[in-house]
Amino acid sequence: MIWRHLGRLIRPLIRWGSLVALTVFSLAACSLVEIEDAPLTTFEPAGPFAERIDAVFWQVFWIAVVIFVVVEGGILLIVLLFRDREGRKEPRQIHGNNKLEITWTIIPALILTVIAVPTIQGVFDLTECGDDAMPVEIIGHQWWFEYRYPDHGIESASVLAMPIDREVCAYMTSADVLHNYWVPHLMGKRYLVPGQETTLRLQADEPAEYWGHCAEFCGLSHSLMRARVISMTQADFDGWVAAQQQYAVPPAPDTPAETGLKVFQEQGCTQCHTVDYGPDYQGTNLVADEFFNGPNLTHFASRSVFAGAILPREGQSWSDGLREWLANPPKVKPGSFMPNLDLTHQEIEDLIAWLDTLK
Amino acid sequence: MTATAERRPATTIFRRPRSTTGFWGWITTADHKKIGIMYGYAAFIFFLVGGLEALLLRIQLSSADNTFLTAAEYNAAFTMHGTTMVFLFVMPISAAFINYLLPLMIGARDVAFPRMNALSWWIFLFAGIFLYSVLVFSDPAAPAGVEGVSGNLDPADNTVLGGMPDGGWFGYQPNAGPFYSPGTAMDYWALGVQFLGLASLISSVNFIVTIFNMRALGMRLLRMPVFVWMSLVVALLLLFSLPIIAIALFMVTFDRQFGSLFFVAEAGGDPILWQHLFWLFGHPEVYILILPAMGIVSEVLPVYSKKPLFGYAAVVFAGAAIAFLGFGVWAHHMFASGISPVAQAAFGLSTMTIAVPTGVKIFNWMGTMWGGRLKFTTPMLFAIGFVAMFVIGGLSGVTHAVVPSDWQQTDTYYIVAHFHYVLFGGSVFGLFAGLYYWFPKMTGRLLNEKLGKLNFWTMFTGFNLTFAPMHWLGLQGMVRRTAYYPPEAGFDFWNLVATVGAFIIAAGVLIFMFNWWRSKKHGEPSGMDPWDARTVEWTTPNPTPEYNFGVAPTVTSLDDFWHKKYAEDAEGRPVRRPEAEETLTDLMETGINPPHPIHLPAPSYYPILLAAGIPLVGWGIIYHTSFVGKLLILIGVLVVASASFGWSMEPLEEPHDEHDDSEPSGDGYSSPEVDA
Repeated sequence: MIWRHLGRLIRPLIRWGSLVALTVFSLAACSLVEIEDAPLTTFEPAGPFAERIDAVFWQVFWIAVVIFVVVEGGILLIVLLFRDREGRKEPRQIHGNNKLEITWTIIPALILTVIAVPTIQGVFDLTECGDDAMPVEIIGHQWWFEYRYPDHGIESASVLAMPIDREVCAYMTSADVLHNYWVPHLMGKRYLVPGQETTLRLQADEPAEYWGHCAEFCGLSHSLMRARVISMTQADFDGWVAAQQQYAVPPAPDTPAETGLKVFQEQGCTQCHTVDYGPDYQGTNLVADEFFNGPNLTHFASRSVFAGAILPREGQSWSDGLREWLANPPKVKPGSFMPNLDLTHQEIEDLIAWLDTLK
Repeated sequence: MTATAERRPATTIFRRPRSTTGFWGWITTADHKKIGIMYGYAAFIFFLVGGLEALLLRIQLSSADNTFLTAAEYNAAFTMHGTTMVFLFVMPISAAFINYLLPLMIGARDVAFPRMNALSWWIFLFAGIFLYSVLVFSDPAAPAGVEGVSGNLDPADNTVLGGMPDGGWFGYQPNAGPFYSPGTAMDYWALGVQFLGLASLISSVNFIVTIFNMRALGMRLLRMPVFVWMSLVVALLLLFSLPIIAIALFMVTFDRQFGSLFFVAEAGGDPILWQHLFWLFGHPEVYILILPAMGIVSEVLPVYSKKPLFGYAAVVFAGAAIAFLGFGVWAHHMFASGISPVAQAAFGLSTMTIAVPTGVKIFNWMGTMWGGRLKFTTPMLFAIGFVAMFVIGGLSGVTHAVVPSDWQQTDTYYIVAHFHYVLFGGSVFGLFAGLYYWFPKMTGRLLNEKLGKLNFWTMFTGFNLTFAPMHWLGLQGMVRRTAYYPPEAGFDFWNLVATVGAFIIAAGVLIFMFNWWRSKKHGEPSGMDPWDARTVEWTTPNPTPEYNFGVAPTVTSLDDFWHKKYAEDAEGRPVRRPEAEETLTDLMETGINPPHPIHLPAPSYYPILLAAGIPLVGWGIIYHTSFVGKLLILIGVLVVASASFGWSMEPLEEPHDEHDDSEPSGDGYSSPEVDA
């Protein structure tokens, strides 16, 4: 009895459930076209390489859609046509049909051959860097990306600056575990492998800021290893290079910034972080130990994000981001190699004042 | 042909166990059905554990920057979710089906090596327990670090859950190596998976020998049910792929425990080598997970369509082709790893090739249903669900073979969506079809159909709500294995939908459990042939008697049982033979009262004893620097050695007085007395 009642309750539930599911599905299908404001979306290629991949994707996507409709439609049709009903005759016992079976072996094979062509062309066209590409070295660390510009003698972190309409060839490696460099607007992914060098082609059409993310699981804070790329006109880029090639300017005496620098030195931050004040600087050497590698901070304040491009958060000021970070780095980024130094409020404020001088 | 035991001096350590029921009956059994049932229940418990881990992951991801789990807990949960679902659920529950059904479907009384069968089951169980013993023994998540430099962890982030293995089920090096996963957690993972592989390897040999040697008279290879064929293919896949992962895992264990440097780049080791080894096993593994379900679907669809399988030979060969090609596609997991363009193109092409036999299977299943008289019972719904969902997983799979496209998609949620369509919409739906279909074989009762349908529609809806949105999440750029995403990334909505879907799946699983629990006692009695089935396992009463068949069956055609019941009229439509009822009554009669005494593999203490030594060695290796560790290794080795010795001295069967030599032999029925 109970079961019959339950059944009466449940049947409409199933029916409505399926309806809801269908609606959600249609919505989802629409959103496939709609989702374009996501900062990591693969649907907004902003350079020739990503555009090429996008074109291949859509070719294959529409072929897949046709197959999907034919096969799933066929299943639905079979289910509707051949469901057991009163008076239906027993089915004829058909064991197979060689012609049919050969047909549905050959047709998929042909479709795949069609798909194979852009695949192989794409692989060969997109893998090797062009001859006049601008080299940039990308080094993966747990959990931030380091950038070096061998042609310009620049070391930077978290934000990759690049000129538009010019191919950048990234020569990549890792200082610790596997990482994977991914800026979806510009190109697909490529691993950063310790002890090996991989290359990745990047190119942007317009001046803009793009999001990136480490895509290979790289330990505790893999979720928080993000990246930023800023593309700019060649003129802006030249200006950026010139600024980055400057030495940092020592803080004026008796300012909070000078106190901040002292805190930096006393806390042993220079073990990992380099700040390059140039050969004429009178103070203590601020060059990091080669083995203990943290981001080069010489032009720290010129970057839009820091700490693996996770800070400052959306809507958070630069200084508040720094306050959050300096108060307890492992809390912001679990496993962080920068320890909690138990800095006092005043020390943090002084450090921020000093870091702001590193334009 | 019967290798009957000669009387040997009683050199055994233990007396032969006598109980066939109760606790000791289960502990010492060598009966393939009991072993299959134990495999099934254990696998299902692990399914619940893995599902619980999945729910934790989904709760964490339901909103941006959620703090429900710590980073360490999240990483541990996804590592153990993958490891559990692959090695502790889908593989063993497939083993449960093969164990229970394979001998029945080929008309045998047991597998070729019944005690080895028990051994592989106990090793599996102990390996699973060993793997999860990490929760008791592991030091809490130690942060990564190389000598002299170590990461820092907020004390609040040190939790028991976070102390589980956290290097991913794929254990990529060097992250899962000694320097970057310094605790003991990944040692439990490496050794646990190693032992699970051992269990599967033993099973695979057993299944292959059983299929080749123990088929009923007249059951030629191409008269075997497709499920048996797929079992054979899976066993061969296991046999060839497991040694690879075994070696790779030994390398990891040596790196971690004894300072070998196979994967340490700084010392000239190669982290990418691990990926080649892992995926050279890992891709065949994917087919190990799906082929049993494909076999089940190939059994279920014809029965409820009332038609033979369309293109039987093509389906069989397609399965074999998938398995064969499956060894040549591993590097498609590594298109972003920096392998050369030639390698990328080659592996892209070989991956596309696999779509052809897969398509053949799909179309042949549709051909089976075409023109049939479809009865939408629960097994049929799950089987059709399998076909429909597997198509989606297959299509997204082809987009990965398109290498440039894969550079964007790999390591995003698009991949997560893809393989859940293949492994959940595929494998799990297929396995559920099998559970509903063969439940009467085990219990003599039917699972409740209403609950079954509710079960299917809940799981189907929940499944699609969970995993369909992951396609768009991935293409929107959501990276896999990330515990957090910022609010402005735009991932909130579909993640919330996926989380809701996951809980709907959980509700479906609860309905299934309730149905099972209730139907076991109160389900409708099934009789011998509830589904008007086609294959030999239904020619014996339900629940299956201990000896399987009263009289060893003889087979004259594919779908032999069907042809015993039905003839065809001029149009090719089935007509029930007039003698069908009599045939069924006879089968029932001889099934309940076998005309001759039947010898069955005798129970034994040694399989469980031998298996018990293995985790001891495992713990010993992990703590080998301490005295306790060394002691454990010693004890473990002694247990294994003495159990092996006792086993080898144990007579194949107890000579018993009422031995009746008049049992007919030479009837093609290979005697189960040919023991391990």
